[in-house]
Amino acid sequence: MVKPIIEVFDLTAAYGDFVLLDKVTFDVRRGEVFVILGGSGCGKSTLMKHLIGLLRPAAGRILIDGGDINNASGQERADLLKKFGVMYQSGALFGSLTLEENVMLPMEEFTKLPPEARRLVARMKLSLVGLERFSGHFPSEVSGGMQKRAAIARAMALDPEVLFLDEPSAGLDPVTSAGLDELILRLNKNLGVTFVIVSHELASIYAVADRVIMLDQTKKGILAEGAPGELRDHDSNPFVHAFFHRETAEVAG
Amino acid sequence: MDFNQKTGCLKLGARLDAGEVSALWSAVGGRVRHVDASPLETCDGAGLALIWYVQKGGATVTGLRPEIAALLRPFDHLPVDPADAPPRDNSLFGQLGRAASQIWNDTRDQVAFIGEFTVTALRCAVSPGQVRWGDMWVIAQRAGVDALIVAGMVSLLTGMIMAFQSSVPLKQFGVDIFVVNLVALAILRELGPIMTAVVLAGRSGSAFAAEIGTMKVNEEIDALVTMGIEPMRFLVVPRVLAGFLVTPVLTVYANFLGVAGGFFVMMALGFPFMALWNQLVSAVGVTDVMTGTIKSFVFGILVAGVGCLRGLQTGTGASAVGVSTTRAVVSGIFLIVLVDAVFAAIFYTIQW
Repeated sequence: MVKPIIEVFDLTAAYGDFVLLDKVTFDVRRGEVFVILGGSGCGKSTLMKHLIGLLRPAAGRILIDGGDINNASGQERADLLKKFGVMYQSGALFGSLTLEENVMLPMEEFTKLPPEARRLVARMKLSLVGLERFSGHFPSEVSGGMQKRAAIARAMALDPEVLFLDEPSAGLDPVTSAGLDELILRLNKNLGVTFVIVSHELASIYAVADRVIMLDQTKKGILAEGAPGELRDHDSNPFVHAFFHRETAEVAG
Repeated sequence: MDFNQKTGCLKLGARLDAGEVSALWSAVGGRVRHVDASPLETCDGAGLALIWYVQKGGATVTGLRPEIAALLRPFDHLPVDPADAPPRDNSLFGQLGRAASQIWNDTRDQVAFIGEFTVTALRCAVSPGQVRWGDMWVIAQRAGVDALIVAGMVSLLTGMIMAFQSSVPLKQFGVDIFVVNLVALAILRELGPIMTAVVLAGRSGSAFAAEIGTMKVNEEIDALVTMGIEPMRFLVVPRVLAGFLVTPVLTVYANFLGVAGGFFVMMALGFPFMALWNQLVSAVGVTDVMTGTIKSFVFGILVAGVGCLRGLQTGTGASAVGVSTTRAVVSGIFLIVLVDAVFAAIFYTIQW
């Protein structure tokens, strides 16, 4: 079996004394689209921030391609950071740079490519997300969906193996959201990029996810794990059932 | 990987990544006529860009593995020339036009702001219940009480410095008691109000602009508007009112400390307090105190008002807030000096 690209062992996530996730263990396989889902406040975004090294685990270990980001420093950490790209919920594009310059920024910092090569790579990344015509625009001049796609292009600038997407479809209309799902699948299939997506949009979960984990606030851990279709049809847990059938918790309980 | 200069034939290695491309790009550039890609196994975005680039430049590429060719396929229709950036006329006329239209827009904004503020302020004067007094007191505390130390120190030290500097030349004429006149008149008429207003512009005008600017960027201003709450009444009136009330008090306090600073130095130079006091009373009239205080009311309104205006004019993005904050301080200080000059002319005419 191929070694998983992300391995999480007994991760405990806490803010001070408040434990949000208790001893969570899972792994993400190379080349899959992996979705972290759950109700509001269950720690989805916190889990992702731990995976990308923004928050330190209270206990446990996170390995990305065999490297521990929390105990790496210097060059080792820089190399690990290059293995993944992150799209933040609101895009987090730099407002003072054009879309093209946003994508060029990581290349400027981490490669010795000449300017025209950087520009061409940036244009190719933007064309992958369908924004070639908008490369000279500033983030404030394009729509929210375009900003998210540009953020994906920027996350891909250094050809990472893993892309983390925080709520990619939040705040988008169904058509744009479906376009984004298609983009995710295309990049996954053509470039072999592994995706880790935080989401609670049922439609897009069915469309893209190979495997999901569902977090729960009261259990402080993983409530269910598997392919979304299977969880929908076969999971006996009332909350999982309610989530996948869009019922209220009372009906389910 | 190796490049034959004569035939223009580039034979790639097994790996083509950003590091290799950086070295190749400028060396090879437009001179490649043929690429032998048969050894190529892995290729990143930069590698793809290089292959695409030489291919569009007319070179033939052979031996490309199907999986890499598949990665290149999405870029078949990418135009060679970048898409046109939004057109921007950078000629002299274009720049002049943009500058003129910016000045025009700015002036229009200011007139609209002053008009809207006046109407809102009058409405609030008629029914004071509309004013958010709680906010006003908090802002007044931040702008006033919290500024006591810095405004006081600036004024005290200025008074002391002026006394020191002027005592030597005046002593040469044997009139060093007139240092009191000089320090007291300068502080009360000009320096006290101006320095206090500058401190206020730096501390509070900038804070107002940053606060309101951040609210603008976060669409909080839009939220207020759609809730039916006018930003003018909710945000601007309490701040301008706080500036209006706090600045004169700070000015009186700064005036006192500035004159006291002069007194300290003179006493250290051996003058008795009563001699200094008598000199002060004979030198300073009511109008001298009045002019400074009247000005300080106006300075307070201007500094707070322009801080709020710059905040409301904030564009989009994080850097816009920084721009607004800078503009608030610059416009604040500029307005202080400008209005002070107008006051100087008025007071000269009416002989105060």
